[in-house]
Amino acid sequence: MHIHAYEKLWLAASVLLILLLLGSVTYGAVGPGVAMVSDSEQPVDATALDEDERFSEPRVEQVGENEYAAYVVAFQFGFQPDPIVIPEDSTVTFYVTSRDVIHGFEVAGTNANTMVVPGEVSEITVETDEPTEYGLICNEYCGAGHHVMEGKVNVVSQAEYENQTSGGDGE
Amino acid sequence: MSEAIEGDRTFVDKFPEEARIVRAALLSSFLALVIGAVLGIIQTLHRTDVARIIPSTDYYTVLTAHGVFMVISFTIFFLVGLFTWAVTRSLDRPLIDIRITWTWYAIMAVGMTMTGVSILAGFTDAIDMSADVLFTFYAPLQAHPMFYAGLAVFIVGSWIAGADYFRTWLAWKRENPGERIPLQTFMVLMTMAMWYIASSAVAASVLIFLLPWSLGLIDQVNPTLTRTLFWFFGHPVVYFWLMPAYLLWYTVLPKIAGGRLFSDPLARVVFVLFLLLSTPVGIHHQYLDPGIAEGFKFISMTNTMFLLLPSLLTAFTVVASVEYGARQRGGTGLLGWLTDLPWRKPEFTGMMLAGLMFAAGGFSGMVNAGMNINYMIHNTIWVPGHFHLTVGTAVALTFMAATYWIWPQISNKPIYSRAVGLFQVVLWFIGMALMSNAMHAQGIMGVPRRTAEPEYSGFEYATMFGGYEELNIQIAIGGTLLFVSTILFIGNLVLTMGNPKVSGLAETLPPALSGPDDAPRVLDNLRLWVAIAVTLVVLAYALPLAAIINRGGLLGPGVGTYPVWLAPGLDALANAATPPLAGDAWASLVEVVR
Repeated sequence: MHIHAYEKLWLAASVLLILLLLGSVTYGAVGPGVAMVSDSEQPVDATALDEDERFSEPRVEQVGENEYAAYVVAFQFGFQPDPIVIPEDSTVTFYVTSRDVIHGFEVAGTNANTMVVPGEVSEITVETDEPTEYGLICNEYCGAGHHVMEGKVNVVSQAEYENQTSGGDGE
Repeated sequence: MSEAIEGDRTFVDKFPEEARIVRAALLSSFLALVIGAVLGIIQTLHRTDVARIIPSTDYYTVLTAHGVFMVISFTIFFLVGLFTWAVTRSLDRPLIDIRITWTWYAIMAVGMTMTGVSILAGFTDAIDMSADVLFTFYAPLQAHPMFYAGLAVFIVGSWIAGADYFRTWLAWKRENPGERIPLQTFMVLMTMAMWYIASSAVAASVLIFLLPWSLGLIDQVNPTLTRTLFWFFGHPVVYFWLMPAYLLWYTVLPKIAGGRLFSDPLARVVFVLFLLLSTPVGIHHQYLDPGIAEGFKFISMTNTMFLLLPSLLTAFTVVASVEYGARQRGGTGLLGWLTDLPWRKPEFTGMMLAGLMFAAGGFSGMVNAGMNINYMIHNTIWVPGHFHLTVGTAVALTFMAATYWIWPQISNKPIYSRAVGLFQVVLWFIGMALMSNAMHAQGIMGVPRRTAEPEYSGFEYATMFGGYEELNIQIAIGGTLLFVSTILFIGNLVLTMGNPKVSGLAETLPPALSGPDDAPRVLDNLRLWVAIAVTLVVLAYALPLAAIINRGGLLGPGVGTYPVWLAPGLDALANAATPPLAGDAWASLVEVVR
C-alpha cells in the first residue's frame, strides 16, 4: 500500500516520541528512583484493623537511623494519626490502609500521593527536608462527607520531634 | 461509487425508517446533554464557591448524574445513531429488520432510564434510593440495585445494536461477494468489536459481583477486583466515545473542507490499531493502586504509549485531507491555504476546533500516562481538565458540529440558524479553553477532583499559574460559557425541527484519494484482528487478575459494605466514624446528612 513520504516521516517521529516517553519514565525509575506503589504489602482485614499490630494504633515510629515508618488509617471522613508528625531531613515510609471504603492520600502540593484501598496497604517512601506544615487530603470520593476529610502532615525539626515523642504518645 | 447512487436524494429520502431511528437516538443523546449541562453548571459554580444552591452532600448526586448522563447516555446514544446512519449509508442498503433496531433502542432507553432514576432519586429522602457512587462506582460504596441493573440492561442493548450492524454487513456481503468493506462500515464494525471485548468485563463485574451484592445475595466484594474490571472497560470506553468522532473526521470533515480523505488504507490501519490497543491499557488508571505489581503497571504504560500512534497518524491524515480540500478550493502557500477553508460553516469550524483541543488533550494525556509523573496529578482536578478536552470537546464538540451537517440529511429540514451554530461552536471552544486550562493549573497545585468543597481549613494551596481563587473564576466563567453554548445548540436544533421540509439538501461523500484497493486485503480480516485483540487482552490481564484474586479472594480480604442508598446506612456510617477528629466540620456534616 502507498504511504506518502511525509507520512513516513511523521510515523517515524511519532514512534520516536513514544520511545522517548517510555525512556523518560524508565529513567525516572532507575535514575532518581521513583518507585510505584506496588504489591509489596500483604492484604489485611479491613473490618478487623483494631486487631492489627500496625494499624490498631496508627503512629509514627523510628525504624532506623533517620528512617521512620508512619502507619496511617484512612476512614470516613478523616485520617489517623492527625496530624502526622515527622522529622526534617529524614526518610519516611507511609503505610496507609482504609478501614471502610476507597480513599486517597495526597500531601497537597507534593508528589506523595496514593490510592487507599480497604484490604490493601499502600506503601510510599518520601524524603523530607525543611520543617513545613502540609495539608493532607483525601482525593478519592468516599461518601457524602468526602469534602471534610483532611489531615495534616507536619514536618518538624529534629529537636521538636524528639521533644514530642519523649513527652507523649507521638500524636 | 456511492456518489452516483446517492444522487440528489438525502438519507431520509432513501431510508426513511432508518432516518427515524437515527433521529430518535440523536434526540435521546441530546436530552442527556441538556440534563448534563444543567448539572454541569450547578457543579462548576458550587465547586468554585461562586454559588452554592445545593447542600454539599447533594453535590455527589449531581456529579454522578453529570458523569453518567454525559459519558454513557449522551455519547453512546449519539454513537448508535451515527453508526446506524453510517452502516446504512455506506452499504447503501437498509438494516435487516427495523423491528430489531427499535428493540435495541428501546432496551438501551429502558436501561438508561433505570440508572438515571436511581441516581436522581438521591435528591429526595422520600424514597430509599440513591446511587451517589459516581460514574466509576467503586465498591465498597454501594448504589441501589437498580443503578447496576440499568447499566447492565443498557449494555445488553448496545450489544444487540452491534449485532444489528454485523448482520446487516453480512447480508450486504452475500449480495456483494468479493467487495471491500466500505470504509464507514469497517470503522463501525471495528469499534463494535472493541466494545464487545471491553464491555464484557464491566458486565461481568456488575452481574457476578455488584448486582448480587447490592441485592444482599453476597456479603462483600473485592474492591481491587471490581475496580480493575471497571478500568478494563473504563479506558476502552473512552475510545468508544472517540471512534464516532474519528469516523466523522475521516469521512465527513474532508468533504466539508472541499476535498476528500487522503488515504483509505491508513484510516483502516488506525481503526485496527484502536481495536488492538484500546483495552490492554486500563491498569494505567491504577498506577497508584496498592495490590498490583509494578511490572503490570509498566506493561500497561507501554501499551498506552503505543496507543498514541493511531491518534498521531489521524492528526496527519486529517490535516492532510483538509489541506487537500483547501488547495482544491484554490488555496496556496505554506500556510496560506488555511484561509481558503470554509470557516463560516459551523460543522467545519466546530470539528477543526475539536481536533485542535484534542491535540492539547493528547499532551496532557501523555502526562497522565507517564507512570511516575502521574503521582503529581493523580486524582487532582488536572484529570477532569484532561478529559474535558478529550470527551468534553474532541467528542462532544465534534458531535454538535456534525449535527449541523447530518440533521438536514436525516430530516430534510435546514438548520434554523447556521450563524448561531457558528457562534455556539466557537463559544464552546472559548469556554473550554478557560475552564480546562485553569483545571490543569489547579491540578498541579494539588487541588483534588470529585469534591464539593476543594478549600480546606488546615492549609492553603501554593500559588503557581495564578492563585487558586483566580483560577476558580476562570473555571466558573468557562463553565458558564459551556452551559450557554449547549443551550444555544439545543435551542437551534429545536427550532430546526419546527422548520418545514425542503428538498435539495442532499450531500454526498466522495471516496478517498487513495482508495480501498490500495489497502491490503488482510486489513478487512475481522476474525484475525479480533483474535489478536483478545490475545493481547489476555496477555495484559490474565496475570494481574489472577494475582488480585489470589491475594484478596474473589470476594475480598475482609471488607465492609457501605450502601449510599439506605437511610439507616447513613446512620450506621455516621456512628462508625470515630468522633475525635474533624471536630465541627464533622458535626455539621452529620446534621446535613440527617
